[in-house]
Amino acid sequence: MTKTTVGPAPDYRDLNRLMSLMTGDEKHGPAATSTLDALWVLYSRVLRVTPGTVDDLERDRFLLSKGHGPMAYYAVLAAHGFFDEALLPGFGSYDSPLGHHPDRLLVPGAEIGSGSLGHGLPLAVGSVLGLRAQGLTGPRVWVLTGDAELDEGSNHEAIAYAGPAGLEQLHTLVIDNASATYGRPGGIASRFESAGWSVGTVDGRDHEALYAAFTAPHPGRPRAVVATVAPK
Amino acid sequence: MDTMRDRFIATTSRLLDDDPRLALVLAEISRDGFDRAERTHPDRVINVGIREQLLIGAGAGMALTGMRPIMHTFASFLVERPFEQVKLDLGHQGMGGVLVSAGASYDWPAGGFTHMSPGDVALLDTLDGWTVHVPGHPDEAEALLRLAAAGDDRVYVRLSLQSNRTGRPVGGAGFSTVREGGGGVVIAVGPSLDNVLEATESLDVTVLYATTVRPFDAAGLRRAVGATVGADVVIVEPYLAGTSTAAANDALADLPHRVLGLGVGRAELRRYGQMDEHLVAHGLDPRGLRERISAFVRR
Repeated sequence: MTKTTVGPAPDYRDLNRLMSLMTGDEKHGPAATSTLDALWVLYSRVLRVTPGTVDDLERDRFLLSKGHGPMAYYAVLAAHGFFDEALLPGFGSYDSPLGHHPDRLLVPGAEIGSGSLGHGLPLAVGSVLGLRAQGLTGPRVWVLTGDAELDEGSNHEAIAYAGPAGLEQLHTLVIDNASATYGRPGGIASRFESAGWSVGTVDGRDHEALYAAFTAPHPGRPRAVVATVAPK
Repeated sequence: MDTMRDRFIATTSRLLDDDPRLALVLAEISRDGFDRAERTHPDRVINVGIREQLLIGAGAGMALTGMRPIMHTFASFLVERPFEQVKLDLGHQGMGGVLVSAGASYDWPAGGFTHMSPGDVALLDTLDGWTVHVPGHPDEAEALLRLAAAGDDRVYVRLSLQSNRTGRPVGGAGFSTVREGGGGVVIAVGPSLDNVLEATESLDVTVLYATTVRPFDAAGLRRAVGATVGADVVIVEPYLAGTSTAAANDALADLPHRVLGLGVGRAELRRYGQMDEHLVAHGLDPRGLRERISAFVRR
């Protein structure tokens, strides 16, 4: 399998074409595109990880917890050369490494396999603990969840622990498309704030706003960015 | 004598001093015992509070960064409560780690069924790639823990207050032969050995001792059975009866044979009391074992 490709610099305008290689359609489901802009800003401007550093201890980690609708994720990884875009048309087929939920043992650049909701944030907490225990305070760990995914109790365990534990290297990106049945009285941000996190809420389609929220300093605290997109 | 859990605390504390790759993840249980270790290694002794899903997820996350996590709490809360985390965060991610439980099937009978986990090994049996150690003595627990800590794979170490009087050398692999006979094979798992030996005294059977039940030592069982036509095999396990029956059947698939699986009954007993009373209730005391083993091998 090709792990790296040499080609032109990644271009946001290329994502539609890459996504259509998987779906055969220029219009994509909300689950697939809700994450697209946030992922793009992360991979093109924030995360310190490249196809050449996927095994480097010092790399930033991105954990896709919401493994549903991973087309945007695959498209962004392909655009950044983590694997060849020739893999995209095989999406979901028997011989393809690209499933409807990603598998870290099959997808170059994927830090975790996901699908069942509520696993990424606890794994991200542990990743920060593991890095810190090895004296690696430089790498940052990012995890992406959906707003409805926060219904899972395992996320509450992780949110409640990470704040008081002061896991500054930890970052949670919540893509909020208002898909949780009962919503969040007081809003998603308040859930993280009350647990001691630094929190920002931004328009999930606004690249500059996303970048500013992603890079805001948050000394001694984990950071949560709630990226709001159109309701599902 | 110290308990297996005491030995786990002492051994793991020393291992943490010696091996910077090791981390210990707790969910409040046993935290007092690890007080010194936590002060000495604050970044590698993590107590996540009463959060068992996070216990496994965080341990697995530490493994993702190259560390060797030891995750510990009572068996009910280590294997059963966060089972999907065990399945996905370790297994599906392809990560290793060591689960160490206390409580076993009824270490605290007065505590009732909520703190009993006779099904833990059977549940883990639905997953691939797990090594399961069931030590029968604190010395064996220490040896198996050291082995588990030094490896890279997924290991479950099941500690219990039930213990044999003396420890035996354990290598983390095959079954050992304790007694030889011609009228059948009895496999005694971990702390059930003393009762099995008492129960089979004067019976013409081979007794094998197993402290590592997964992978199942199929070759060892085949050797013990030998060329006997119509082999009789009894497995005595200190957890759910029949947990290893399928493994024994697979080992003897090309021989005519019979297998009897003895262990903790499936029905909830709804009794408190003492461990000895539970052993009697499940027929795992010497008298109950003798009755069932002799009736089975006599034919």
